[in-house]
Amino acid sequence: MGSGAHSRRPRRTSRIGVLLVVAILAVASACERRQGAASDSGGEIVIGMYGSLTGDGASFGQSSKEGTELAVEEINAAGGLLGGRKFKLLIEDDQSKPEEASNAVTKLISQDRVVAVLGEVASRRSLAAAPIAQRFQVPMITPSSTNERVTEVGDYIFRVCFIDPFQGEVLAKFAFNDLKATKVAVLKDIQQDYSVGLTDSIVSHFKALGGEVLDPVSYTSGDSDFKAILTQVRSQKPDAVFVTGYYPEAAIITRQARELGMTMPMLGGDGWVGDALKNGREALKNTYISNHYSGDNPDPLVQTFRKSYRARFTREPDSIAALAYDAVKLLADAMTRAGSTEGPKVRDALAKADLPGVTGQLKMNAKRNVDKPAVIQEVTFVDGDVKFVYKATINPG
Amino acid sequence: MRLPRKLLAIGLGTAVLVALNQVFEHGFGNFQINPYYARIINLIGINVTLAVSLNLINGLAGQFSIGHAGFMAVGGYTATYFTVYHGQALAALAGSTLNDAVGGSLAMVVSLTLGASAAALAGLVVGIPSLRLRGDYLAIVTLGFSEIIRVLILNIPAVGGATGFTDAIPITNFFWIFAMAMVTIVVVRNIATSTFGHALATIRGDEIAAEAMGINTTRHKVLAFVISAALAGVAGGLSGQLFANPLNPQNLNFVKSIEVIVMIVLGGIGSITGATVGATILTVLPEALRSFDRQFPGLRMVVYALLLILMMIFRPQGLLGRWELTWSWLGSRLWRRPAAGPAGTAGLDR
Amino acid sequence: METFFQQLINGLSLGAIYALIALGYTMVYGVLRLINFAHGDVYMLGAFAGYFLANALQLDANPSVVGTIAVTIGSMAICAGIGVLIERFAYRPVRHHSRLTSLITAIGVSLLLEYGGQVVFGATPRFFPQMIRSRIYSFGGVQITNQSLLIIVVAVIVMFGLEFVVHRTKIGKAMRATSFNLSVAKLMGINTDFVIAFTFALGSALAAAGGVMVALAIPRIDPLMGLMTGLKAFVAAVLGGIGNIPGAMVGGVLIGLMETWLGATAYSTYRDAVAFSVLILILLFRPAGILGTATIEKV
Repeated sequence: MGSGAHSRRPRRTSRIGVLLVVAILAVASACERRQGAASDSGGEIVIGMYGSLTGDGASFGQSSKEGTELAVEEINAAGGLLGGRKFKLLIEDDQSKPEEASNAVTKLISQDRVVAVLGEVASRRSLAAAPIAQRFQVPMITPSSTNERVTEVGDYIFRVCFIDPFQGEVLAKFAFNDLKATKVAVLKDIQQDYSVGLTDSIVSHFKALGGEVLDPVSYTSGDSDFKAILTQVRSQKPDAVFVTGYYPEAAIITRQARELGMTMPMLGGDGWVGDALKNGREALKNTYISNHYSGDNPDPLVQTFRKSYRARFTREPDSIAALAYDAVKLLADAMTRAGSTEGPKVRDALAKADLPGVTGQLKMNAKRNVDKPAVIQEVTFVDGDVKFVYKATINPG
Repeated sequence: MRLPRKLLAIGLGTAVLVALNQVFEHGFGNFQINPYYARIINLIGINVTLAVSLNLINGLAGQFSIGHAGFMAVGGYTATYFTVYHGQALAALAGSTLNDAVGGSLAMVVSLTLGASAAALAGLVVGIPSLRLRGDYLAIVTLGFSEIIRVLILNIPAVGGATGFTDAIPITNFFWIFAMAMVTIVVVRNIATSTFGHALATIRGDEIAAEAMGINTTRHKVLAFVISAALAGVAGGLSGQLFANPLNPQNLNFVKSIEVIVMIVLGGIGSITGATVGATILTVLPEALRSFDRQFPGLRMVVYALLLILMMIFRPQGLLGRWELTWSWLGSRLWRRPAAGPAGTAGLDR
Repeated sequence: METFFQQLINGLSLGAIYALIALGYTMVYGVLRLINFAHGDVYMLGAFAGYFLANALQLDANPSVVGTIAVTIGSMAICAGIGVLIERFAYRPVRHHSRLTSLITAIGVSLLLEYGGQVVFGATPRFFPQMIRSRIYSFGGVQITNQSLLIIVVAVIVMFGLEFVVHRTKIGKAMRATSFNLSVAKLMGINTDFVIAFTFALGSALAAAGGVMVALAIPRIDPLMGLMTGLKAFVAAVLGGIGNIPGAMVGGVLIGLMETWLGATAYSTYRDAVAFSVLILILLFRPAGILGTATIEKV
């Protein structure tokens, strides 16, 4: 023990004082000259994309990054817009975390001074970051967040995909009318807001059609054993089973369901689109999904996109990539019509958008969502790979 | 310290914070805070609260808790829930709304108090049974507890479930974050220098000997645990009600708890200054490394892990060990006068 | 009734997976009093090692039992090596530091393997090649796949094998001696460093076998797959009595059954919480576990 203890008073304020000093310094160093909104000064058009390039959403993040990059490259190669100005795309990773998404978007807007933001795939990350874009009056286009509330954040937030309630309606109608199912079961991923939202929508629409829906059963993403819940579902003998989560689990669920002798049709949403769906193998027979995009749509726009994507990334584009591609095209179109990159003008142009996209006609409605039909595709497993075969188109309303 | 001087110190501190807050939120003449830096500074403040509160139980008491994220979640969700569903009513009582300083502060105070209480209760529930057990078991139990909390929250639609608590009303600001950070530091420091704190240090040294000397180890450990949990709850309430920072059960998990542990391990388990330094470094570093991250995605977390391992092998006491920053040390350094007392190695040991 | 039996089979299959991993945990803890957090991640590495080996041998196109055995043994060997490396470079330097330090190191290794795996293998899940053609056996409405059966059989064999090694061989005796008192064992002439390395090698090999078996049944593998499963396996080990080999088996099966039965109810979303709730309850009422013996801590 040291001497001189009695000559020192307890330094209660020591750390507070230091922290105060540090805080003052920090605030001072973070000051900058007050700046208005990024003004249009010519030169490159800087846009930002935030996505989950690492973490549990990495697969989707990668797809959306590729779709975005392809679109930007095409536009720049064709001479850019607004008199030869090219896009400069800045990409930030959010590690699949909502807080990081906010960090990324704040940085893009206030450090990199982007004039528009693209992202995110997952609704919960879009919901976290959208308020920032709204506050700074920077237009944000989400390629594939399907939760209704994303565009409700404000008038600067737009999307190019359809929303959960619509997908639910499409799936419910198909099951009821085309598959003639009267009693269905639903498996939802409690950890994914996409899945929860889609489930609610399917349930309400199917009931409205007059069908019976068994109590939805939950699992979590990352789970690998679903036999327990599937056995329970099996005992209730549904005509069809909806699996509203993402493809990694969908693949295994279909397999385990078939292993349990469940042969009824199984249905899912666009979340099923992903490489790892291959895991399902033969179990994928007799399954269907609702989707934005169909690879075998003969429309030249779609086929050109497919060819370019395959040439650039050596794999087949999924719907997430296609939507990301459309988001960039939408933005470029709006800027061209607005004749400017200024936030308010681009926002107004976006609100009136109506152009053909790879994923359908992108006509913006009053809620800043697009009204476009969804396709039902039959999932098939051919030659060791998954192929989506067009089955039907269901229109909104 | 005499009472008037203490009051003076508190008053001065508050005044400085309010002034800083004004600059922060509204700028100063022709200057404003860069929003990106502002966000980072706010996050530093919250992480300091988290790290220092964890230090109480991991550093001072020498117990190993990996469930801090769970307490943050409990406190955060409770606080945010209150503000979202009852905040306006409360603000109206004071004739104000949540958007202005009076209403917002009132809501902040009440919600944080509720959050801290809920987290404290959780700490009690977890602490009483598990603090009877040996080190490694406590670690697993706290981990398990935070996972259970996470699963429970996922199943509550009223707080957003998997989407996160996006309905949160952003009443957190610089003032509250740093005021709470300072409160945390003061509380932990006071505990450290009190009899209670010395008992904790004894328990850390040798639990059986402490028990043999008559210290009721379980009661001491539980109390420290509860206080630590309450402060984590405060951090949660601040975090969840920060603009564009919704609470999300996926991110209040094991990994988050580990991140807080890395902060105190880096800075020095057992040192408040160390915890503060660690928290700051680990908040700023990932942002500063964004360009590195873009070049080598995913490497960041690998570096975290390596850091942890290397630290344990080569410098288990962290950057600062148990050293604390004190005025006398600063004084001796700045004015080169002989130190008033043994500075430098004076840490929580005393 | 058939649902009950089906769930029973489901629970047993799931439990066997936990048991396989729990066995390794319990062994290492028994000898070193260290919770090797990285164990679950070695299980993951085993699955990946198997993945690369199986693809190298092109077993997807030509499934064969011989190939499967080769892949399993290969994976076990690789992971045994990895286990020894981890012990040598991460755990041994901190062996004489405090328990807390070792624990943090273990967490560090676990994170390293997980995030390192994400960097090296990519975060996207991969699918394990089908080394054995899947076959479904059904008796009276109850379905079980050949892979699930394989897992159960392997787990039982491994358990007996371990018991034999630990109680009937010289190295096993050395392991038990080291677990009672490391310093005295050293004094008795036992090369404790070797014994510890051996324990890790063995435990890791078991985890690897578990990884391959599971990947056969549930072909999705990703670098984070070991996290949750590893934790639950640890709970299983504690439940059965940590340090006790048959206990690990019992614990694993119990956790598997409990999770399955909860999955069958309306509370299926709380499944993940089951393992941890069980842990807390066990530690409250019987910290030694079901088959464990309470040890008195000597001052």
